[in-house]
Amino acid sequence: MGLPVYATTGQRIWHYTYLVICGLVLFFLVAPLIIVIPLSFTSSPFLNFTAEMIALKPEGFSIRWYQNLFGMCDEIKTTVCSDKWMTGFKNSIIIGIFATLLSTSLGTLAALGLSRSNMPGRKLFMALLISPMIVPLIITAAGFALFSVTIFGTRFDLVASHFGLVIAHAILGIPFVVITVTATLVGFDDTLRKAAANLGAGPARTFFKIQMPLILPGVISGALFAFITSFDEVVVVIFLAGSDQLTLPRQMWAGIRQEISPTILAAATILVIISIILLTVVELLRRRSERLRGVSPV
Amino acid sequence: MSDASVNVKKRQMMTADGIPLKRSLRISLRREKLRGLALLAVPALFVIMLFIWPIYTLFQKSIDDSFVNDVLPRTMAIYEKWDGEDLPGEVHFEAMFLDLTTAEKLEIGKVSTRMNYAKSGWKSLIKKSNRKFKKFDPQKALLPQMIKADKRWGDIEFWKSLGIMKDRRTAGYYWNAVDRTYDSKKNVIMQPENRRVYVMFWKRTLLVSAIVTVACLILAYPVAYLLATLPLRVSNLLMICVLMPFWTSLLVRIVAWMIMLQQQGVLNDSLVGLGIIAEENRLPLMYNFNGTLIVMTQVLLPFMILPLYSVMRGIPPTYMKAAQNLGATPSWAFLRVYMPQTVPGVGAGVILVFIVAVGYFITPELVGGKDGQMIGNQIAYHLRKSLNWGLASAMGVMLLVAILVLYWVYDKIVGIDNMRLG
Repeated sequence: MGLPVYATTGQRIWHYTYLVICGLVLFFLVAPLIIVIPLSFTSSPFLNFTAEMIALKPEGFSIRWYQNLFGMCDEIKTTVCSDKWMTGFKNSIIIGIFATLLSTSLGTLAALGLSRSNMPGRKLFMALLISPMIVPLIITAAGFALFSVTIFGTRFDLVASHFGLVIAHAILGIPFVVITVTATLVGFDDTLRKAAANLGAGPARTFFKIQMPLILPGVISGALFAFITSFDEVVVVIFLAGSDQLTLPRQMWAGIRQEISPTILAAATILVIISIILLTVVELLRRRSERLRGVSPV
Repeated sequence: MSDASVNVKKRQMMTADGIPLKRSLRISLRREKLRGLALLAVPALFVIMLFIWPIYTLFQKSIDDSFVNDVLPRTMAIYEKWDGEDLPGEVHFEAMFLDLTTAEKLEIGKVSTRMNYAKSGWKSLIKKSNRKFKKFDPQKALLPQMIKADKRWGDIEFWKSLGIMKDRRTAGYYWNAVDRTYDSKKNVIMQPENRRVYVMFWKRTLLVSAIVTVACLILAYPVAYLLATLPLRVSNLLMICVLMPFWTSLLVRIVAWMIMLQQQGVLNDSLVGLGIIAEENRLPLMYNFNGTLIVMTQVLLPFMILPLYSVMRGIPPTYMKAAQNLGATPSWAFLRVYMPQTVPGVGAGVILVFIVAVGYFITPELVGGKDGQMIGNQIAYHLRKSLNWGLASAMGVMLLVAILVLYWVYDKIVGIDNMRLG
């Protein structure tokens, strides 16, 4: 949207003011993320840019907070430097992977069912499956925490177990998978499936040989969304986790409530990098899927 | 006429195995439908059993009041026989004594907490009496012994308050959630002045959500317009600025804002360093109402930009040009031609941001200090600290109903199917 040559001075001024305003808003969006990264390399324990850092002197920077994060300590182990971060990281990965597997398989199944033509009650099923995204996390978490059933005399609940967290995170991930896979299936040419069936392939073979390769980008992006949802999730963890379910966000939460140390910033930086990588992968997949469907990349 | 229909019947198409084509098609369509349902069955059941049911548990907890009946069965069974005016007779005292001495200690503790919600004093009364009950002589009349142990047993108000808990279902928690309570005759009255807090929290939740929504709209509109009118290559690049915060952990963003905005933070230090504000006038931007507003606005801004952007992309730029060609000034054309077409996007963004904002818990908890707390924090408090699960559930259900209504409106405007993920 360039300015026409005949623009008046007033219009020019307004145009540049407008661009500045937009720049400020975009800055407001990314500024916090940009600030965190350099500050995590500070050598001082204070959360501020020191004079050495601004002058770009090497003594202003250090990777000691990353060493703390990975449990490598130069002094006695304090609360700041402990292996809790690594434990949390490990737990987050384990819970994230299992939750993702569960929500991806269930979400893909559901999306396949939803995309059948003339599916009865389609709207109702859709509403049901994406409801975990609509209900505020605090309410979901409260429900999970108070939930308990007795089946054949054994009490079953979701509190204080890896299993419970996996289930809870899988539920939260399902809507993301359903939405992305449904979106990919919109562009899927159903005659391909019929052609495969016509040539004698059974439903399972048709799915794995014809449908699956084509919708795979959607499934993978859905899975990544589900993984990042679980990996970053803190509300449900606070309500459900016992002492063994220390996840990375929970450790961060505890750290923030105590005292913000540069170690937290180091953890935050790593989380930002992980998000950027995952987001890039999702974007690349989206472009690939659009190319496959013959839609020009937008 | 009848000849024609006979002809049609004769020429009806058959499949290879001799079934009329029409029927065969119907059968296969039905099979298709069943297959679709079969695919949906497992995920749907999973969500119903492990998501809808837990939420339903919340609803049950919010109206359930059977606990006192379960722990004090004898007392509650004969409660009806009391006229409610004079001090209850010996039978009532005996029932109470037997209930309190036979129930498990843990249960007593819990039940006295519940009774304390109905009338404060119950908890200490039961705790104190239980210690003295051991020295009682069960052969003698219990009424004088109990009143001697604690004269509150002779206070008719305590006995009256049992009436509130006599039904197994109660709307009491819902009334509590809006600062009302039952008197001993089960009339709804206001809570005493010093216990009226929740209406304030509801109001503040609405206020914060409203301010955040408006702030998001004001900030998002120009950016969305810019993104929609720039060439795709450039706007896709700028879109990263919108999507990156959208997908970074909420906690990361909160930490970032904390170090930016706190009293000794980056912003205040820079302002002081540049001499714009004096050392003693550092801006209070964190751990208060402002903190909640600023952080929530940044966190929710993408929710406003994305729907606005997708609507604005669909508006042909020729409309604006046509309006200007017909004599409108650029600003007039923008106001009268462009803006009305963005209303669906505005509606979607406003409702979405508002819905998400109302249920916020993490942000106010960490950056809200005392005066930036919202209803979500109260739910968390009652679930984890005060253990008043009934009240927490009731507040949760109220919040949920409000959000579902808003979502229904959202569905009418945009349709849930059109929800996209950036």
